[in-house]
Amino acid sequence: MKIIVKESIAKDLTKFVIQSPLIAKKALPGQFVVLMVNEAGERIPLTIVDVDKEKGLITIIFQEVGYTTKLLGKLAVGDSLYSLVGPLGKPTEIKNYGKVIVVGGGVGIAELLPVVKAFKKAGCEISSILGGRTEKLVILRDQVKEFSDQLYITTDDGSLGEKGLVIDPLKRLLSESSDWGLVFCVGPVVMMKAVSDLTRGYKIETIVCLNAIMIDGTGMCGGCRVTVNNKTKFTCVDGPDFDGHKVDFNELMTRQKRFLQHEDKSMCKLNKQINNE
Amino acid sequence: MNKPDPKMVPMREQDPSERRNNFKEVPYGYSLDEAICEAKRCLQCKKPLCIDGCPVGIDIPGFIDLIAKGDLKGSIKKMKETNSLPAICGRVCPQEEQCQKVCILSKMGEPVGIGRLERFIADWEAEQTNREAPRKVASSGKKVAVVGGGPAGLTVAGELAKLGHKVKIFEALHKMGGVLIYGIPEFRLPKKVVEREVEYIKSLGVEVVTSFVVGKLETVDELLNEFDAVFIGSGAGLPWFMDLPGENSNGIYSANEYLTRVNLMKAYKFPEYDTPIIKGKHVAVIGGGNVAMDSVRTALRLGAEEARIIYRRSRKEMPAREEEIHHAEEEGVIFEFLTLPIAYHADEKGWVKDMECLRMDLGEPDTSGRRRPVPIEGSNFKLPVDLVVVAIGNSPNPLIPSTTSGLEIGRKGNIVVDTDTGKTSKKGVFAGGDIATGAATVILAMGAGKAAALAIDQYLETGKW
Ligand SMILES: Cc1cc2nc3c(=O)[nH]c(=O)nc-3n(C[C@H](O)[C@H](O)[C@H](O)COP(=O)(O)OP(=O)(O)OC[C@H]3O[C@@H](n4cnc5c(N)ncnc54)[C@H](O)[C@@H]3O)c2cc1C
Ligand SMILES: Cc1cc2nc3c(=O)[nH]c(=O)nc-3n(C[C@H](O)[C@H](O)[C@H](O)COP(=O)(O)OP(=O)(O)OC[C@H]3O[C@@H](n4cnc5c(N)ncnc54)[C@H](O)[C@@H]3O)c2cc1C
Ligand code: SF4
Ligand code: FES
Repeated sequence: MKIIVKESIAKDLTKFVIQSPLIAKKALPGQFVVLMVNEAGERIPLTIVDVDKEKGLITIIFQEVGYTTKLLGKLAVGDSLYSLVGPLGKPTEIKNYGKVIVVGGGVGIAELLPVVKAFKKAGCEISSILGGRTEKLVILRDQVKEFSDQLYITTDDGSLGEKGLVIDPLKRLLSESSDWGLVFCVGPVVMMKAVSDLTRGYKIETIVCLNAIMIDGTGMCGGCRVTVNNKTKFTCVDGPDFDGHKVDFNELMTRQKRFLQHEDKSMCKLNKQINNE
Repeated sequence: MNKPDPKMVPMREQDPSERRNNFKEVPYGYSLDEAICEAKRCLQCKKPLCIDGCPVGIDIPGFIDLIAKGDLKGSIKKMKETNSLPAICGRVCPQEEQCQKVCILSKMGEPVGIGRLERFIADWEAEQTNREAPRKVASSGKKVAVVGGGPAGLTVAGELAKLGHKVKIFEALHKMGGVLIYGIPEFRLPKKVVEREVEYIKSLGVEVVTSFVVGKLETVDELLNEFDAVFIGSGAGLPWFMDLPGENSNGIYSANEYLTRVNLMKAYKFPEYDTPIIKGKHVAVIGGGNVAMDSVRTALRLGAEEARIIYRRSRKEMPAREEEIHHAEEEGVIFEFLTLPIAYHADEKGWVKDMECLRMDLGEPDTSGRRRPVPIEGSNFKLPVDLVVVAIGNSPNPLIPSTTSGLEIGRKGNIVVDTDTGKTSKKGVFAGGDIATGAATVILAMGAGKAAALAIDQYLETGKW
């Protein structure tokens, strides 16, 4: 559970390489860990972005959005986590889907990387679309490119690639050809919703990787529940991958806002701690 | 000899109006004088019925007699011959349904306060600074893996360690104790009591690994490569929902999530602890068992103005312990009996604002022997709520059953076992507690752990299945 490497990837985006031989041995693309920074901390899920089985290492990349991820970002090389459990969740189903479009946004690009690698290894032909608000936030471009046959980039401000949203190149790809075997998308919920809405019309199988709020990550609490095909599913054990055409995204967005007020309070606490230091 | 007092020595408790605002334990426990006084009520029956009523067969008159004589050290020793977790059992066992129900004194008045004495003797020991170190046993050279750190797993581990086997417990959460640590609230079972008992099990030589999900990190089949036998005590941790419209609205928790946030993650101390919890003003808890009572009393302590139990049958059918129902009533919980929720309505931001219910009538008895609740047509009404806790039950977590080869699984997702030995359909694999029985009780889980320990010991010795 010791942090071996710490690297800043972009503003508020940090990469850790953590020692965990058992998790490294077992982890498959699409799986995640649940970790705690300290004894009083929250349990938060983060995707296993890379593994080194020989050295017994796993990589996580996280965006410092709130209290716990900011606290995590304060840890240094040599520090240990209070707890780390994984690999959790069902691995992404990897097979040769033929021609595949993968879409990643924001920190979702990190979560996309292991899946892209595995798809490539399985023989898929991959068109990748990466999006972010600005150039700096389109992370891991070279790594994704390495495993992609085509790469399209969009930014909100036009600082890199096309100005606009990931939906724009996606629309073009979908209308240019009709033999796509799969669209795989991970990123902000609004993005996954937009992508799913678009591909539904084309009847192309679309998998999204959902990030519900979790506690245990083992199917015990029911906090991570989402509605898929009108049925309640637990993201941590039934997912995190689901059929994007069947997910109730509006409900998911509402449920992600459950703790907004609490998050403000936590941030106050963090700011106080920083000021006292 | 004088006739014993028909009444149990009362136990002092925190005042209801005060305790509903804090998470401190409700009953204070006996003083030495009170304990001796209560212990002296025991008739020391030649054929003690109480022992038969105890699922683990504690020598009840034996440990009570030693308290009466003031030999507290001897008493706890006697207790630990059969029960490794007395401080827990003394607090949460349904004694009124077990040993105390059959105690001969209950024919003339109140039974002996067996649970209270059990708690007393365990708490007394905890205060002793010069606790006797457990005796070292010769190692058998055999290794056993235990899946799950709840009462079943802790018991089996303790018993096997006492027999000289090397035991390693694998627990999915970051803390040991199972439901005792994440489910049962502090005001009923202080977490330091659970931690103390876990330390005792460790002191017997049991090794503990937390944050290890068997079935994910390593399967049972893989554990069998390294261990001579495996015991599965993974509990019944899969929460049920009712599949009602609006049930995934914000402000609707499963009891597991609600209680885990509060107990395991200490959300009642937010923001000192980082895990948040929604505190309702108008709270409804669905269900009538211990889990529902724990949830509703937790809601009061988190500041609810009104906390209700919504139960579809009547008070008589409620499965919760009488003592818990009584405590809830004293604390001001409102009970809506014969009431069934049928839908939730949310405001424009997705937060639950009211629930629609039906009134029920009791019809003929059903398969459970309890009268079946039947909806009264047209009795719909709305109850304004801002927090709902669904506490209608749990089923066994499917993770282990679904990742272990050759394990026979019952209709309800439970692992099928021979109840006397805990043997499963797979050689070398034993199971017990809620994973085998479905949601039950602490003492039954311990009883299963104990029986399995004997069977495992035998299996390790003979290799015979
Ligand atoms: C299976 C899974 C894998 C994930 N993998 C990664 C990853 O690889 N890298 C990464 O940076 N993040 C990942 N996340 C999201 C990450 O868990 C959250 O960002 C984190 O829990 C936020 O905690 P916080 O206390 O810092 O923020 P909070 O104070 O809790 O929240 C701050 C902001 O983040 C939003 N937020 C909170 N929880 C989540 C969540 N679970 N998902 C999305 N937004 C959330 C809140 O709405 C709020 O706006 C993953 C989530 C899941 C469920
Ligand atoms: C809120 C609540 C109140 C209760 N009140 C009472 C009461 O007053 N009196 C009473 O007698 N009973 C009570 N019960 C019931 C009692 O707690 C249970 O019957 C008992 O805890 C069952 O013990 P167990 O060891 O079988 O399982 P659990 O206590 O559920 O422990 C199982 C453990 O296994 C772990 N686990 C699960 N899967 C894995 C895996 N794959 N790998 C590793 N670890 C795993 C879990 O994290 C857990 O720690 C209550 C239950 C609840 C939920
Ligand atoms: S039945 Fe009651 S009186 Fe008799 S030995 Fe047991 S506790 Fe004592
Ligand atoms: S996080 Fe608790 S059930 Fe999924």
